[in-house]
Amino acid sequence: MKTMIMNLMEWVDARFPLSRATREHVTEYYAPKNFNFWYFFGSLALLVLALQIVTGVLLAMNYKPDADLAFASVEYIMRDVKGGWFIRYMHSTGASMFFVVIYLHMFRALLYGSYRNPRELVWIVGMVIYLAMMATAFFGYLLPWGQMSYWGAQVIVNLFETLPIVGGPLSEWIRGDYVISDITLNRFYAFHYLVPFILAGLVFVHIVSMHKVGSNNPDGVEIKKGPKGNRWSEDAPKDGIPFHPYYTVKDLLGTVIFLAVFFAIVFFMPEMGGYFIEQPNYEPANPLKTPEHIAPVWYFTPYYAILRAIPSFAGTQVWGVLGMFASIALLFVLPWLDRSPVKSIRYKGPITKFSLTVFAVTFVVLGWLGTQAPTTNLTIMSQFFTLAYMLFFLLYPCFSAAGTGLTLVARALLGLSVGMVLATIFYWWVLWSGGPTAAVRALYTLLSLVILFVMGILPALRPDTVRPVPERIEK
Amino acid sequence: MTDDQVDNSRRRLLTITTAGVGLVGAAGLAVPFAASMAPSERARAAGAPVEVDISNLEPGQQLTVEWRGKPVWIIKRTPEVLDLLPDMDGRLVDPASESDQQPDYARNPLRSIRDEILVLVGICTHLGCSPKYQPEIGAVSFDDDWKGGFLCACHGSKFDLAGRVFAGVPAPTNLVVPPHQYLSDTRLLIGEDGAVT
Repeated sequence: MKTMIMNLMEWVDARFPLSRATREHVTEYYAPKNFNFWYFFGSLALLVLALQIVTGVLLAMNYKPDADLAFASVEYIMRDVKGGWFIRYMHSTGASMFFVVIYLHMFRALLYGSYRNPRELVWIVGMVIYLAMMATAFFGYLLPWGQMSYWGAQVIVNLFETLPIVGGPLSEWIRGDYVISDITLNRFYAFHYLVPFILAGLVFVHIVSMHKVGSNNPDGVEIKKGPKGNRWSEDAPKDGIPFHPYYTVKDLLGTVIFLAVFFAIVFFMPEMGGYFIEQPNYEPANPLKTPEHIAPVWYFTPYYAILRAIPSFAGTQVWGVLGMFASIALLFVLPWLDRSPVKSIRYKGPITKFSLTVFAVTFVVLGWLGTQAPTTNLTIMSQFFTLAYMLFFLLYPCFSAAGTGLTLVARALLGLSVGMVLATIFYWWVLWSGGPTAAVRALYTLLSLVILFVMGILPALRPDTVRPVPERIEK
Repeated sequence: MTDDQVDNSRRRLLTITTAGVGLVGAAGLAVPFAASMAPSERARAAGAPVEVDISNLEPGQQLTVEWRGKPVWIIKRTPEVLDLLPDMDGRLVDPASESDQQPDYARNPLRSIRDEILVLVGICTHLGCSPKYQPEIGAVSFDDDWKGGFLCACHGSKFDLAGRVFAGVPAPTNLVVPPHQYLSDTRLLIGEDGAVT
């Protein structure tokens, strides 16, 4: 028996590099030995992707992509299909949990500088994956054909209409009609089925490129450049341990905890108080009536808040749309904005720690603001946090390289930031008639200036006290 | 004839030409593929005009009909509202309807053919939500000095009762007045221009 399997393996290996691929990517892929809990989220994302594809295919067997039938077919799945409710709730919870896991995975990269040389491409492929996820989620959200599906899609497709000249024809081309209709629903279904497979391909590229350069870790040590030789191999990095069994077992622990949370949501609160499935979506789409309050699902709301925060001027509202796309585009160039001599937050100084905290708070608050109806005070808050979001990226070259002198690019971005802060303050005090009270304006003006000072100007005045870096962590 | 010499420049020319012709072919194929996603003939033909009977419309009442899949509002404005509208100019972006958001016969201060009847496409010019008719006059939760109009709950855009946009809101332009005509005193045709009655 054993020789039969061995012979089969030999036969396959002569035709396909199965054993070699398994060795390179699993049993003899040496990962740093100091991973902490932040390193669970990569494998969890892979797990959720697999769950989404399996539950999605099962749902597709009963779903009808037709404006007259879609809403009823979802209810049919919920009521009459055996275990249909379970599969659908797994799929809807999976969509939200995918973003939870990915946001934590991305924040890990921010903490430990995992996007930096030589991992720029790993980061960029990851960002493309994030965009593909957002596209899939957006296409999928139209499918239940509820009120929120309909009006959410209406707003997002209309984003493209604001672009000058090409906008009108482009949004008609996306919808295939002059309004969101049966035609739109049918093609969104096709895209929703297609994109996850592209996503799986991108994940493959993400992992292969990561294995080529090696994993980063909480200390930012380049283990491939460190001393060689461990108990498994003489040329493997001394600080590495084989992915299997060490990290497969560790990830299994993460998986168990994750699935406990995941199924608690599926069984006890699948709507998550209107955050995972919004209440207006239990009403069939009605093209003549917008729900009282519309908001996208929570994972889009930070960008939605940015979109709403920027007012229209010069006869167009394209600025809000540009601001929203810029807020995602800035993430792509992060590897080139970070000029710190170290990778990990552990060895960075207080200014960087302050900035990262401001960014994390900003992202969460923007997410909350995006779910709320826009009132005067919430609008000024959105504008302040939009400004803080942009400043975090534009001032990254300043505070990351604190005390080492500013490059030309850093100076240009600092100038741009000063201009943005002044323009926003000018708008609050002079252009925005009938706006919030003077006390509220003064508070946000002061906060904006503090952020600009600490993140942009203070680093030029004095070095950020970086903790002494152990020898092995330097390149 | 044997010739061991490789003519690299000729080889390069052939490679570039082959790749170029291949690209042109791929681009040519992309045209029908992309075109198949544009609005179909059926979608184009679905824009027939809609006839509405307005004889039962009370002053202040809003009637919504569907035209080309979009809501169209017909509102009978009260004399009080018609008196208030000229005072709105200071809060508006385009009080004189200079941007092309209406047919020529509605390019007037009240943006209508008949003073009291307002006809608008009920789609916000920001991102396409349908604003809500708010006929109250006085202080309301979203405005301290409201003279009646439309509020878009999605992004907070405000319009007056002639569909003109307020300054400082996300929507950049006035609401659209669709082509329309009166077939008789009580019958309105939406979607087709005609003689002004």
